Amino acid sequence: MTNIPENLRYSKDHEWVLVDGDIASIGITDYAQHSLGDVVYIDMPRAGDKFGTHEAFGSVESVKAVSEIFTPIAGEVTEVNDGLNDTPEKVNNDPYGDAWFIKMKMDNPGEADAMLSGAEYEEYLEASA
Amino acid sequence: MRYIPNSPEERQEMLEKIGLASADELFRSIPQDVQLNRRLNVTDALAEAEVIAAMEKFAAKNTAASKSSFLGAGVYSHFSPTIVDHLIQRSEFFTSYTPYQPEISQGTLQYIFEFQTLICQLTGMEVANASMYDGSTAMAEAFLMAQRVTRRDKIVVADTVHPEYLAVAKTYTQHGDLKMGIAAFDEGSGRVSELSQLDDETAALVIQSPNFFGCVEDLQALADQAHAVGALLIVVVTEAISLGLLKSPGACGADIVVGEGQSFGIPMSFGGPHLGLFATREKFVRNMPGRLCGVAYDKNGNRGFVLTLSTREQHIRREKATSNICTNQGLIALAATIYMETMGKKGLQDVAMQNAQKAAYAARKISEIDGIEIAFSAPKFNEFVVRTSKPAEEILNRLRGENGIIGGLPLSRYYTGRPNEFLVCVTETMKKEQIDDLVAGLNEFRF
Repeated sequence: MTNIPENLRYSKDHEWVLVDGDIASIGITDYAQHSLGDVVYIDMPRAGDKFGTHEAFGSVESVKAVSEIFTPIAGEVTEVNDGLNDTPEKVNNDPYGDAWFIKMKMDNPGEADAMLSGAEYEEYLEASA
Repeated sequence: MRYIPNSPEERQEMLEKIGLASADELFRSIPQDVQLNRRLNVTDALAEAEVIAAMEKFAAKNTAASKSSFLGAGVYSHFSPTIVDHLIQRSEFFTSYTPYQPEISQGTLQYIFEFQTLICQLTGMEVANASMYDGSTAMAEAFLMAQRVTRRDKIVVADTVHPEYLAVAKTYTQHGDLKMGIAAFDEGSGRVSELSQLDDETAALVIQSPNFFGCVEDLQALADQAHAVGALLIVVVTEAISLGLLKSPGACGADIVVGEGQSFGIPMSFGGPHLGLFATREKFVRNMPGRLCGVAYDKNGNRGFVLTLSTREQHIRREKATSNICTNQGLIALAATIYMETMGKKGLQDVAMQNAQKAAYAARKISEIDGIEIAFSAPKFNEFVVRTSKPAEEILNRLRGENGIIGGLPLSRYYTGRPNEFLVCVTETMKKEQIDDLVAGLNEFRF
């Protein structure tokens, strides 16, 4: 059963966003980590990098493939979870907790509201299954 | 014997099938004004015996191999034990193409793994790839890698890097956003001295050692200066035998070591095919170009070899790949591996020492001639620059014509302001008498 917390926002590319004021934490969903398999490396941007909506900001390398990860919202990277490359298995074990990839200062704090809710994301997954 | 596999009838049949009247119509999407519209300027077909005769005539013009040659400058005459050529001609190696289904080619992967291991040991680095085309393209790839690692676009290159390597790097990177700055050398020492271009926008400082003039650079000091501004140090090695004697670039603080592996048992072959070496620190491995072989264990604990981190490569990552090179110089890398393993650690040290000693003997003898001096005070390995009061071209032409000696490379070929200097290389293949003949030949000039 795919874990989809209700307090997060989701993209159709299987990223999640946790909004705190104008800061958005971004990671990949339980569904995404399950599809990728064991994550071994994450290619991260650097603090200060700016991205528009739906730009590739890095990639996740698993034992099976390398997948791009996209920004669900526009903004500037304020923090990067560099510790993940010592413990990439966190992405598989608990994709929503410590396994956030980056924090961004959103250009438009309202942008995350337009993303999918947990219920909508679950519907989307079922529809595309 | 015919070499065209299909008959005119078969070709006609194929054209009819796709609805064309003639083969010319296959090219109609190419604008008329860029079509050649004439026959190629080549001679008519020759009989096999005539082809052989023509080729032998060309080959007869090539006299270098039969004379004493003191040419180096990136391609070196070294002895290659017979076992190298013998083993690489085994059909398992000689006829096999790059392993597309790599894990069934355990023998190929094992020698690649051994090659990488040896290159790491010699360069003092942590990872080496399975090889690249040649030294110059390896250097150009190192520029691009430094750009990826540091996210900076400026490369500062010593002007004592082989001029042809620089030319290749310029061609390779001309359509990207890389900018190049030059670090000039000191006329007294022959070493890089002028680092004003090195700043906090610099991705890498690029140093060849021994440099094009044969001078050994102070890599440790240069590494410190590069690291102080957050740049990488790329060390270029064109004479791989020097690694048998000099402190490894890795031990001096290099971040990327690239070079030419031709010295390891590969014939000079008029400039190729040769062998690009590429090694770096493990923390940069995902930004390293090229193929990489690793060791792995199956569920029963048996050792095996695999291609690893292929996710960097073009066939997986397409336009996001670290490089468009995802193959290697398989057979040449094998030859180098057999050479290094045949020589062993002590053998490589001995060969390197012989090079240094014979070159030092030649330099001392030549410097005793009136009117001649050895340029640059820095320590040398097996090459040095001879400075005279006459045009080097004139001296070298006369040595070749009258003494049958190829005395070296005139620097004027690359450096317009240096008409009276030439680069001399002395390897272990040179006998004392040959060196003495060169000295005697030079002595006949009145400088």
